[in-house]
Amino acid sequence: MNRKRGMPGLIGALSRRQFVTGAAAVGLTLTAKPKFASAQAGNVVFANWDTYIGETTLADFTEETGIGVTVDTFADVSELFAKMRGGNVAYDVIVPSNDWLPRMIAANMVQELDHSKIPNMSNLFPRFMDEPFDPGRKYSLPYMWGTVGIGYRKSAVSGVPDSWKVLYDSDEHAGKIALLSDCGTMLGCALKYLGYSLNSTDKAENEAAAELIIKQKKNIKAFAEDNGQDLLAAGEVDVTMEYNGDIVQLMTEDDDVDYVVPKEGGILWEDVLAIPANAKNVDNAHAFINYIHAAEPNQLITDYIQYATPNKAGYELMDEDYRNNPDIFPPEDVVEASEYAEYLGEEVTQMREALCTKINAA
Amino acid sequence: MENWKSSARAFWVSMAPPTFWLVAFFIIPLSLIWLYSFSSKTGIVEITLDWNLRQYARALEPVYLGIFWKSIWMAAATTAICVVVAFPVAIAIVFSKPTMRMWLLLLVILPFWTNLLIRTYALIAVLRTNGFINNGLDWLVTHADWLLSFVGLGDNMLIGPYRPMALLYNNTAVIFGLVYVHLPFMVLPLYAALDRLDRSYLEASLDLGAGHFRTFFLIVVPLALPGIASGVIITFIPAMGSYLTPDLLGGTDSYMIANVIASQFKQANNWPFGAALSFLLMYATFFALAIRAVLMRKEGRGDRR
Repeated sequence: MNRKRGMPGLIGALSRRQFVTGAAAVGLTLTAKPKFASAQAGNVVFANWDTYIGETTLADFTEETGIGVTVDTFADVSELFAKMRGGNVAYDVIVPSNDWLPRMIAANMVQELDHSKIPNMSNLFPRFMDEPFDPGRKYSLPYMWGTVGIGYRKSAVSGVPDSWKVLYDSDEHAGKIALLSDCGTMLGCALKYLGYSLNSTDKAENEAAAELIIKQKKNIKAFAEDNGQDLLAAGEVDVTMEYNGDIVQLMTEDDDVDYVVPKEGGILWEDVLAIPANAKNVDNAHAFINYIHAAEPNQLITDYIQYATPNKAGYELMDEDYRNNPDIFPPEDVVEASEYAEYLGEEVTQMREALCTKINAA
Repeated sequence: MENWKSSARAFWVSMAPPTFWLVAFFIIPLSLIWLYSFSSKTGIVEITLDWNLRQYARALEPVYLGIFWKSIWMAAATTAICVVVAFPVAIAIVFSKPTMRMWLLLLVILPFWTNLLIRTYALIAVLRTNGFINNGLDWLVTHADWLLSFVGLGDNMLIGPYRPMALLYNNTAVIFGLVYVHLPFMVLPLYAALDRLDRSYLEASLDLGAGHFRTFFLIVVPLALPGIASGVIITFIPAMGSYLTPDLLGGTDSYMIANVIASQFKQANNWPFGAALSFLLMYATFFALAIRAVLMRKEGRGDRR
């Protein structure tokens, strides 16, 4: 579920900027020290995906408010969740995905936001103010959103591979296919291909999806832990399931790569900003979230990481190229066909995980 | 040597920190995981200890046994290759000049000073389609073809265009990676065993007419057996529980038991089941160590030096 450039990027690009940012994935903690002696007590401890914030955002925030920021990175939300349920970490701001947030809410791991302390909320597009996974935005505000679709090498495909069939049910690219290893994602897209809902809780439907993947396994090179873009860049695979932002970043370096959300619909995802229940610096955490949703800082973040911002003020400061990029802002009908991955309850989660173990062992 | 009883205070002072360490950071956390393995998952983060065996029963389902078997097989293959590769290396080190020996040993240990993750990523760079091996072979083939063109046999008439080999994302890559990582674990105990070996046995064997091969298999190998046993154990156990290597170098069918355990603690969020799988792995380890202890005791009886 890591949708950021991770360690695998290192190999292809030791000299590029990922080297610095990639190092954070190994566990390095970066600290932006407050410049002012009179800084407010309590650094904001910010648990974020790797390379998922503006280059200067943290330093700018410290400069403006005197509040320091300590960053801890995680590679996927399940890792963040496992750390937090242990209870030994006290993060102030976290960036879980939409499918993990309900779990955190149900387990009392996040606290309600005080909307009055986040006036910049008014900068958000109205459609993000009420989402099925957090009605009324009581616990979270959106950070970035996007889709899961197919990244492909243009010279290796005949026409646009705009169906999940290319990945799940065809030997046209035998040995040159990668799927995302995350269980819900891998099964979910197979369910979409079979015409079911991404969030099917039906055992037979899920089993059919698992069977489909097991049958296709001989043609699949790797279940990528979100390094599909690296496999694509290195020529290991020609078609890969990936998060749009990863492929969009690769497209800036490689003209032969493109991205499409299949016609059956893909996965919509939203990463959110939330405050854990055991946060130590709740006021500063609100100030930080508020800062992220101020117009200019938001534009700087968006410009650097090239994901779709839910922030209207930040969006409007971005250039035409970004705003008209169909890979970042998919057409309405694509959004219409796609679904958010929901938290389906423990029973279904266990059923799906067991199926995925079966897929991996087959 | 003084008896510890006559200086009890010194004994306890020196024993207290390691004992504390062992209890606080090994026994207690491990006991917690052990308790988890008899618990039920009763909510998103709730776990109730009800002393049931369901987690173990589930761990013995065919799909998980299959993965266990696969892990054992991969670890066994790794260990076997390590023995074959490490033996000549250890012999070479033992028979080299004393000054040279330290350098050779250093070379064996050197990779340990690099993080495993970094070493594994380096292997990816070596093995992948556009990696050093494939690119190097491609360069060779292209230039050989260029040379052949002088005698009118160019343009791929005799040799290729080079087709990159699939060296990464399969079980071979995983075993290659495991051998690479675990080789020092085999070389060092073998070196220690061979270093102690009395050279006069070898001379006697050679003088009495045995060839080098017979001397090796009838004299050297039996005398090095304790070293081989140690090497096998400390290679096999970590290889069986490896997580990173199959995760990064493996393909779609390289899932090993540690990968299942990790997914139970993370994506599946099912700690009791993950705990049961971990402890099954641990029981297997204890079993292997017990076998070794028995073997060593037998050996000790026969050979008191």
